[in-house]
Amino acid sequence: MPVAESSRRPAASVALRHVTTVLFNDARRRENIYFGVLAVLLLVGFPLLLDTFHLNLVGKYLTYAFVALGLVLCWGYGGILSLGQGVFFGLGGYCMAMFLKLEASDIASTSIQSTPGIPDFMDWNQLTKLPAFWVPFKSLFLTVVAIPLVPSVLALALSAAMFKRRVGGVYFAIITQAVAAILSILIIGQQGYTGGVNGITDLKTLHGWDIRSDSAKMILYFVNAALLLGAIALSFSIIRSKLGRLLLAVRDREERVLFTGYDVANIKTVVFVLAAAFSAVGGAMFTLQVGFMSPSFVGIVPSIEMVICAAVGGRTSLLGAVYGTLIVNYGKTYFSEAFPELWLFVIGALFIAVVMIFPDGLAGLDLRKALHGLLTRASGFARKRKKPAALVPPAAPSAPQTNAGSQ
Amino acid sequence: MHSPLSTKTLSAGLAVVLAATGALLGCSKDSSKGVGETQAATTASAAGGLAVSEKEVVVGQLHSATGTMAISETGSIEAERLAIDQINQAGGLLGKQIKIIQQDGASDWPTFAEKAKLLLEEDHVACVFGCWTSASRKAVLPVFEKDNGLLYYPTFYEGLEQSKNVFYTGQEATQQILAGLDWIHKEKNANTFFLIGSDYIWPRTSNKIARKHIENVLKGSVVGEEYYPLGYTEFGSLINKIKAVKPDVVYAIVVGGSNVSFYKQLKAAGVTAQNQTLLTISVTEDELLGIGGENMVGYYAAMKYFQSLDNDNNKKFVAAFKAKYGPNSVIGDVTQAAYLGPWLYKAAVEKAQSFDVDKVVAASPGIELTTAPEGYVKIHPNHHLWSKLRVGQAQLDGQYKVVYESELIEPNPFPKGYQ
Repeated sequence: MPVAESSRRPAASVALRHVTTVLFNDARRRENIYFGVLAVLLLVGFPLLLDTFHLNLVGKYLTYAFVALGLVLCWGYGGILSLGQGVFFGLGGYCMAMFLKLEASDIASTSIQSTPGIPDFMDWNQLTKLPAFWVPFKSLFLTVVAIPLVPSVLALALSAAMFKRRVGGVYFAIITQAVAAILSILIIGQQGYTGGVNGITDLKTLHGWDIRSDSAKMILYFVNAALLLGAIALSFSIIRSKLGRLLLAVRDREERVLFTGYDVANIKTVVFVLAAAFSAVGGAMFTLQVGFMSPSFVGIVPSIEMVICAAVGGRTSLLGAVYGTLIVNYGKTYFSEAFPELWLFVIGALFIAVVMIFPDGLAGLDLRKALHGLLTRASGFARKRKKPAALVPPAAPSAPQTNAGSQ
Repeated sequence: MHSPLSTKTLSAGLAVVLAATGALLGCSKDSSKGVGETQAATTASAAGGLAVSEKEVVVGQLHSATGTMAISETGSIEAERLAIDQINQAGGLLGKQIKIIQQDGASDWPTFAEKAKLLLEEDHVACVFGCWTSASRKAVLPVFEKDNGLLYYPTFYEGLEQSKNVFYTGQEATQQILAGLDWIHKEKNANTFFLIGSDYIWPRTSNKIARKHIENVLKGSVVGEEYYPLGYTEFGSLINKIKAVKPDVVYAIVVGGSNVSFYKQLKAAGVTAQNQTLLTISVTEDELLGIGGENMVGYYAAMKYFQSLDNDNNKKFVAAFKAKYGPNSVIGDVTQAAYLGPWLYKAAVEKAQSFDVDKVVAASPGIELTTAPEGYVKIHPNHHLWSKLRVGQAQLDGQYKVVYESELIEPNPFPKGYQ
């Protein structure tokens, strides 16, 4: 039947079909192409199109994409909805901020304090020496190790406490949300150790390198983009591996995986810890690019916003997560500039619309189908004018049978 | 049924298109701005690339119009707009009309930093009137210092800061605290103090200064010091402690919504001005409106400005404010301080005969404002204002009756012996 149908098709459509078939019909190859498109967009497109200010903004948005990426892995693939990813983003960011703050608080620039050489907020809070848990952050090496490690250890502890006991679903989401609330209350309450609600501000240099200059912003953008692409590549390799298939299986039928002899808790732990580590890297890059860290990233609201970013992009699409984050945050910036007093309502309406109309997010939109439908209709219309006999326009093209195995 | 042609991954393509549109939007915005920029650059090269043209000068306004802080910051937004309107009506700045670009900090500190960057790096505003909380000021400070911007910050705050790029039109902590304590020590023979605060940097630093002053200068004693999280509403145990300790003075720096619960619960527990002296530095007329005069009547507040101040400047200011924003609007300390910002900027620009930030900053110290609603202020070389302290007593109608007025107090953001 496909043969008979294709013989009626105009040459252009056939050619297009052929090209798209070759390029896109293999799911893996298709993903690689889209990944390449994203890489070009991030590494070439944005830097060429945008000035430093907007590039820095995009850089900031991309740090949230690390979190969204982690959410796609653990929520979209593993079925573990975490409403507390801000915790890991914040921990990574705070680790970085602690190092930068110590570097900014040298004896010379803090000479007006009662105790020179410690961060200013400690001095305000009557601390007279650096708390022990700050000491490791004097070393850049230890800081870089701590950024993914500290959140991973917390994620591991949470996993051990919950997945092993088979706590999942809504209960897990509620517990992660509680963790986010606890951590933000802790940070705000212990301001002598954490900077409190102000956060850790006035960060200047990274090992003597001024992170506030335009050239530094540019370099940090590329480092950030490269790390993000690396994280996406790693995620793809995981999804394509046995672990990826197991994740899907756990999401769809947990008991079955359990009964086939796999330890479901371990599978969930791995992906949750990985998501935490991704978020932490994003947090650290955020601190570097924005120049401060505050508890407003740790709490419940930012954690949920990050889930929304992932949902807008499509929760099972790694690349969609990046686009979702970019679009949501660009929307926030744009609307808040255009309508300073109404923008929150606009954003709210946008989220509702996305969830109601595109429940699978951007990745659920079917562009190619729409495009093909349009093309065939147009060509059908052209033929109709030439040859009224072939009145019936072909229906939306059906799949070539050869490739049905890709899913 | 599944068709590879309609697989979901493809839609990532659409996402590319959308993202590209976003980028283009960003670009088109740039290019539209580019016109203004080049114009500004050609006409006002002396102003260092600021958005100053033949006819107008662009300034920024950066407060929270949304979120939890909106209720506090609205007064500042209104006061700054009123001042700018009045300046424009009187002929503007160096013959140019002032145009405002307002951005919303949304009660979110990172948003403040982002919008500050936008105002300085994209809009090239000549100066910014903005911020309210210390946290938001801390967030934008690195941006202003890096881009050499100019910020007029209206709120009374904890001090411990002095930036070349910021003018602080509210009082720093010592200006607001010391004279008030001296007065209540002398007037009420107060020697024991119970310090209360919301738990963040301003109340903590202020109470630290208060404690040093009470112990070292007044030779009194602090019989209690307690902090509660922002938004805390259960003050029962605190009130019991106060009743047990019976301090001469309760020194309260509770902020925001907590205020309402605190004063209502005090009254419900039978603690009123008849049996307990209370001095606060955190309840302006704005807060008093929410608390209700009946819950605070007789308590004292130490501020540099009260709406009821009896002088001609203030009468004009209050009348103009009510004419613009309605007869029921109230004016608190910070609202008045925000009103000073544009006028101080005008005086500095006219003295410098330039909009250039360095020149305006250099011209600022020593500038006096005799038309200030609070009476008279003068810019100190440390970028704070010389101003007086008043003690007001809360009235049933939600206003304060001024019971004490100090001499002009020198600002001292880094007080020796109080750290």
